[in-house]
Amino acid sequence: MAERHRYPKGPTTYVLRALVVAYLALLVAWPVALVVTNTFEHGDEALRTILEDPDMQAALRLTAVAAVVATAINTVFGVSVSLLLVRNQFPGKRALSALLDLPLSVSPIVVGLALVLVYGGRNGWFGPSLEESGFQVIFSTPGIIMATAFVSLPLVIREVVPVLQELGTEQEQAAQSLGASGWQTFWRITLPSIKWAVIYGVVLTLARSLGEFGAVKVVSGNILGETRTATLAVEEKYLNFDQEGAYAIAFLLASVSVLAILVVFVLRSREARR
Amino acid sequence: MSVQIEEVRPAPTRRTPTHDLTRTSGIGLGVTMTWFSLLVLIPLAAVVTTAAAGGWGGFWRAVSNDQTAAAIRLTVTAAFGVTAVNVVIGTVIAWVLVRDRFPGKGMLELVIDIPFALPTIVAGLVLASLYGNDSPLGLNLVNSGWSVYLAFLFVTLPFVVRTVQPVLEELDQEIEEAAASLGASRFTTFRRIILPALTPAIAAGAALSFARAMGEYGSLVLLSGNLPFTSEVTSVRILSAIENDNRATAAAIATLLLLISLLVIVVLDVIQRRVASRG
Amino acid sequence: MSIDVSGVSKRYGDFVALDNINLTLPTGQLTALLGPSGGGKTTLLRIIAGLETPDGGSVVIEGNDATRLPVQKRNVGFVFQHYAAFKHLSVARNVAFGLEIRKRSKADVKAKVEELLALVHLSQFADRLPSQLSGGQRQRMALARALAIEPTVLLLDEPFGALDAKVRKELRDWLRRLHDEVHVTTVFVTHDQEEALEVADEIVVINEGRVEQVGTPDQLYDQPANDFVMGFLGEVTTVGDVRVRPHDVEVAVAPGVPGAVTGTVRRMLRIGFEVRISVATEGDAPDVTVVMTRTHARQLELAEGTRVWLTPAAGATTMAAARDAVPA
Repeated sequence: MAERHRYPKGPTTYVLRALVVAYLALLVAWPVALVVTNTFEHGDEALRTILEDPDMQAALRLTAVAAVVATAINTVFGVSVSLLLVRNQFPGKRALSALLDLPLSVSPIVVGLALVLVYGGRNGWFGPSLEESGFQVIFSTPGIIMATAFVSLPLVIREVVPVLQELGTEQEQAAQSLGASGWQTFWRITLPSIKWAVIYGVVLTLARSLGEFGAVKVVSGNILGETRTATLAVEEKYLNFDQEGAYAIAFLLASVSVLAILVVFVLRSREARR
Repeated sequence: MSVQIEEVRPAPTRRTPTHDLTRTSGIGLGVTMTWFSLLVLIPLAAVVTTAAAGGWGGFWRAVSNDQTAAAIRLTVTAAFGVTAVNVVIGTVIAWVLVRDRFPGKGMLELVIDIPFALPTIVAGLVLASLYGNDSPLGLNLVNSGWSVYLAFLFVTLPFVVRTVQPVLEELDQEIEEAAASLGASRFTTFRRIILPALTPAIAAGAALSFARAMGEYGSLVLLSGNLPFTSEVTSVRILSAIENDNRATAAAIATLLLLISLLVIVVLDVIQRRVASRG
Repeated sequence: MSIDVSGVSKRYGDFVALDNINLTLPTGQLTALLGPSGGGKTTLLRIIAGLETPDGGSVVIEGNDATRLPVQKRNVGFVFQHYAAFKHLSVARNVAFGLEIRKRSKADVKAKVEELLALVHLSQFADRLPSQLSGGQRQRMALARALAIEPTVLLLDEPFGALDAKVRKELRDWLRRLHDEVHVTTVFVTHDQEEALEVADEIVVINEGRVEQVGTPDQLYDQPANDFVMGFLGEVTTVGDVRVRPHDVEVAVAPGVPGAVTGTVRRMLRIGFEVRISVATEGDAPDVTVVMTRTHARQLELAEGTRVWLTPAAGATTMAAARDAVPA
């Protein structure tokens, strides 16, 4: 980058710069800033009320649990699938690679519907027999986890696959020629080499999981203190004219997601400098 | 010995063998595919199956219902409109991020990723605070059709920017200098040299942005009011059908959305393959 | 015998990389697999290492059939063309890797790593990351890493291919001296005939998936088995119906030499102490290339346009020119 020559800056440069800054300010920066000011309109009272409400504590806890479990599943799944896609040949690989992006372009409502149709307790494909054996998915935590895992499924894969491709297989072959088994090669060579990509993937997955709304809304049943997540609480509070409460939860969620992209941003620019 | 082997084994027609899985990776493939099927493939198949159960007539009745058709029309129009805007502004943003230098540029990088990480319900709330009743701009878009455009613009912001940016970074500035040395103006250089190189990336970003807009729900909840024939989008129609326990209708509309998504993915794949074969 | 390769074949789709290779490499020697790129030499090396599986045939290492043995169990040291340095590990940890896998005690590992780093002159870089080393240093690290496991055979794939000319020459001498010190059976792949002639005890010339000739550098240079080997090991020109090296062409400025080919000096090019002369001969035969010292050319008073009579020097390596051979 340092070697890049500078163009002489013409008027176009400044017009484009002004356009971009104005657009981003009006569409993103200003609205997001307003959430902060609205939340703290009456000091930290709104935030304190939310954090002391046991129902809200339950909602936040459920959101955290669902996000962490979904992220853990997607991390293991994502790293395994990435390895298979990059390092192996098998029939149907191209189709799989295309299908893995599907969750990014499926409406969250459709995700919810799809899960209800299969795991719904009353007349889903597998739901009734699962419930007979005492395992409720829909209107329960497993359903929320599945919905969350569905929508954030490709994020780890999208980070890891390009890094694995660039890494190549020479280091792994060298490790094997020195006697390392497949498992040892993975832990000692492959994983440390893709560490940053995995971390970015995890952070992005976590941010996306904490904020999932539509799919969770369909599968959760929104039972107060049981299957109500933080995002569902934002809607409910807002529609019940508790705007301060809605802003406070929104502020909490927004802080986490901004923090997440900040972490990735800082790590990336540190890595780029190295 | 080699001769014998050649006789036993017919000459392979393809360059790559059908698979090279070891036992461990075979098991890995089995486990991951099982999970992927249980989580994604079987549920999506259930949507299509449920829709198909009603036959073509049932499907058509579901999606041609006046209110539903209006919602689909609004969603498709808005998704197209927003994607068109993104193609232009997304490319411009990518350009500014790669080629311009000014203090505070790092902040812009951060701002672009916010819509991706921000919970959609929060996005709706955020937009309502600037473009709602108490708008400091005096611009109330809540409950209007325009709110749909606004929400789509917000949630799809990163797609074109993030697909075009890396390609622009890789683009050899010497090529532009060569064009300039041959007498091309900056505009001509952009149109004849840079734009063709960016087209695949722009198309890919546009496809992602369109698909995202088509299925958007969360950011509209607090913003659009979901007024029938005015600001109600397809996802909301599916949700109402689910809430009315009308699964066949829900599945029919959902299948239509899935088909559109699938089409977009196929287009994306074709574009990417074409780029790969060129590079 | 250290390595016995018999009947090894390998094809990728329709492309035959190796076609029934039979080869025996004696213990303790430094052998070069020499040939043009795409000729199959790297594939053979990787099959010996176990990084590639042959379609047919067998590989026996020190008397043990290794054909079906995975790379982990062969105890071979493999040095990759692009070093394959473990980027996230320090130089010392790179060298220690194979020993850690073998669960050697900490003290053993430390002692061995120190010994090897001293051997490859990298002791002061032990704590650096590979990215902080030069190409030549990285290659020496890779070599130390491969030697750490005390391999039965050491295999090097184009070990100096990615280095610049000067470093390459240094490392070449150094590899030769190292081998005299360590005495491990070593096989290295190269497409550079000079490198092979200078370093190897024995050279295996491989082309289009077949072994063209096996022999010492002298044997190959003086008694090439065929046109390909002769052409690959050095420059060749055609005088009449004889193929000969350009510096083995005798030049006379007066007629009377029996069997001489008559020609005219078309162009003279001086490169340092030597002169390259293009001689146009009668008929439609291509120009003959002659190389001689500057002094010799002066003594003969050669200039462009001078008429000359050419004969292969007595005792030179010659070969009858094939009718359709392309003169070098």
